[in-house]
Amino acid sequence: MAGGKAGPATPGRLAALGAWIDARFPMTALWKEHMSEYYAPKNFNFWYYFGSIALFVLALQIVTGIFLTMSYKPSATEAFGSVEYIMRDVEWGWLIRYLHSTGASAFFVVVYLHMFRALLYGSHRRPRELLWIVGVLIYLALMAEAFFGYLLPWGNMSYWGAQVIVSLFGTFPWIGDALVEWIRGDYFISDITLNRFFALHVVALPLALIFLVVAHLLALHEVGSNNPDGIEFRESKGPDGRPLDGIPLHPYYTVKDLYGLAAFMVLFAAVVFFAPEMGGLFLEAANFEPANPLLTPEHIAPVWYFTPYYAMLRAVPAFAGTQVWGVLVMFAAVLLLFFVPWLDRAPVKSIRYRGPIYNVALMLFALAFIVLGYCGLKPAEQPFTSLSVTGTIYYFAFFLLMPWYTRIDSHRPPPPRVTS
Amino acid sequence: MNRPVAKLLALLALCWPPVAPAATTGYPLQDAGTDVGNLASLQRGARNFVNYCLGCHSAEYMRYSQVADDLALTEDELRDNLMFTGTRIYDAMLTAMPAAQAREWFGNAPPDLSLIARSRGVDYVYTFLKSFYGDPSQPTGVNNAVLANTVMPHVLVGLQGIQVPRYATEMGKDGKPVRHLVLEPGAPGELGAEQFDSFVRDTVNFLEYVSEPAKSERRSLGVWVMLYLLMFLAFAYFLKKDYWKDVK
Repeated sequence: MAGGKAGPATPGRLAALGAWIDARFPMTALWKEHMSEYYAPKNFNFWYYFGSIALFVLALQIVTGIFLTMSYKPSATEAFGSVEYIMRDVEWGWLIRYLHSTGASAFFVVVYLHMFRALLYGSHRRPRELLWIVGVLIYLALMAEAFFGYLLPWGNMSYWGAQVIVSLFGTFPWIGDALVEWIRGDYFISDITLNRFFALHVVALPLALIFLVVAHLLALHEVGSNNPDGIEFRESKGPDGRPLDGIPLHPYYTVKDLYGLAAFMVLFAAVVFFAPEMGGLFLEAANFEPANPLLTPEHIAPVWYFTPYYAMLRAVPAFAGTQVWGVLVMFAAVLLLFFVPWLDRAPVKSIRYRGPIYNVALMLFALAFIVLGYCGLKPAEQPFTSLSVTGTIYYFAFFLLMPWYTRIDSHRPPPPRVTS
Repeated sequence: MNRPVAKLLALLALCWPPVAPAATTGYPLQDAGTDVGNLASLQRGARNFVNYCLGCHSAEYMRYSQVADDLALTEDELRDNLMFTGTRIYDAMLTAMPAAQAREWFGNAPPDLSLIARSRGVDYVYTFLKSFYGDPSQPTGVNNAVLANTVMPHVLVGLQGIQVPRYATEMGKDGKPVRHLVLEPGAPGELGAEQFDSFVRDTVNFLEYVSEPAKSERRSLGVWVMLYLLMFLAFAYFLKKDYWKDVK
């Protein structure tokens, strides 16, 4: 079984090499199984670009991260200066650093859109529950990766942001103080904390992310993709055993995703080259001052991708003499995502065939998430406090009431075959 | 045990200013109107910086050699016009003033200016430099409308002269009178108001360049990258279209 495609009549040297490898490693078999003979539904729309884009951004972060690590110094006295050294003295250092800092925000943009796609078309539903759970684990790992990475430039916002987030663990009864000390490895955010965050950021979490992404892809290829109609395209097979509505991932979706990737790269480059700070959303002004344990920035806020949860944290008042409730609400908001496949009880998957209740509920959910994110960037004052409380209640209601409203909602029967 | 986080959250609630970073007094910031693509302005700004700022402030992440490269100066021009502290061209732009003595004289060491234009914003620095006014109650004899009770003396007093503070009262949106500071010209300096503005603008322009030396390169390279990617996008579109023509 030499060569994946029709080769020349007499096998050349390359084909011979391929055969030699195939006798020892399933190269062609893997290529066929996952690319050239892996079938995907032909009716993917705009929302289906973000998976491959997320994969590209992961690769970009790893490659730029490797180059940054070559010049970065994980030390409290040298970290800030080494970032400026990268920005000024390292050849193309500024470009590598902006690609990495913009890549971090882009990763979240893409992942949020990718997750929203799942809620639109029911991609978390049976038989893709594990695929979704692995996806939520990727999201968690990504949040940890972003949090640890944010300390590394050792700017004043890095320092105080880490201080605030780590202190959240101090709200847990009895073990809080010990837990915080254990995380920091010190009585305050120090050189020791910076070193361990560096280790986690460049070794532990990238490994976890790569492992989880491979698991995510394997789970996807096991069950096959969902599609905007939310029906199982693999069930309609032709006489040759191939799905009637499926097309091979390669070359059809490789060229289509290349097009999506090109469009993404246009937008991405526009930020990298013309607005790398993104008006203070991607790189905050206060982080251009070195960490100063004696001086808080006038304005501590997490980076934009954490602000929806930050707004929830602030929306919950202290009760019974402790702030732990806000922290619990924040963690619960993320952990709830694991249960979505079972909270959703609708008989159809795709929003196309669901009734008005889910349509309205999901659009309001997207709105609530954006409003919460906006409030998290704003002062804890009116009207943002009330908006945060409303948004938080709605966020939880969307998930916790899902078993009820998805069941009473009307629905139309989906077509037997995918629509174009 | 929850004290630290409670305090921090309380602190957060208290210290949210409206928008502008570090706008401690609420004095309106003026548009600096800088342009890091303007080489002549950057060269004048570099001269202003070494003459008026470098005596006390460093730009520790900026090398003389890079200034020469980016501002199209020869090594001789660099030595004759910008290097007064007996340093070599690959050295950083460090002040000759010892930090310990600075602390003794001013109460704290003058901040490094490498990134001041990014951490505070060019408008802040521009307005700050323009907003010193006479205040006999201060040890330096001056105060600043942007950064109240600054310990920095008015190093540009010879150029700007001394401004006189006046408090104007206006009706605020809520119907309550609001008192705000207006600076008026007092004893004149060597430069007229417009000349002084462009002097400060050049200086701030140089500081903006210093805060990100690659900025001009970033923008000009960005245009080419965008053109390339748009072309690539078009190719990718037609490639996709061609491959997909048999998908019904």
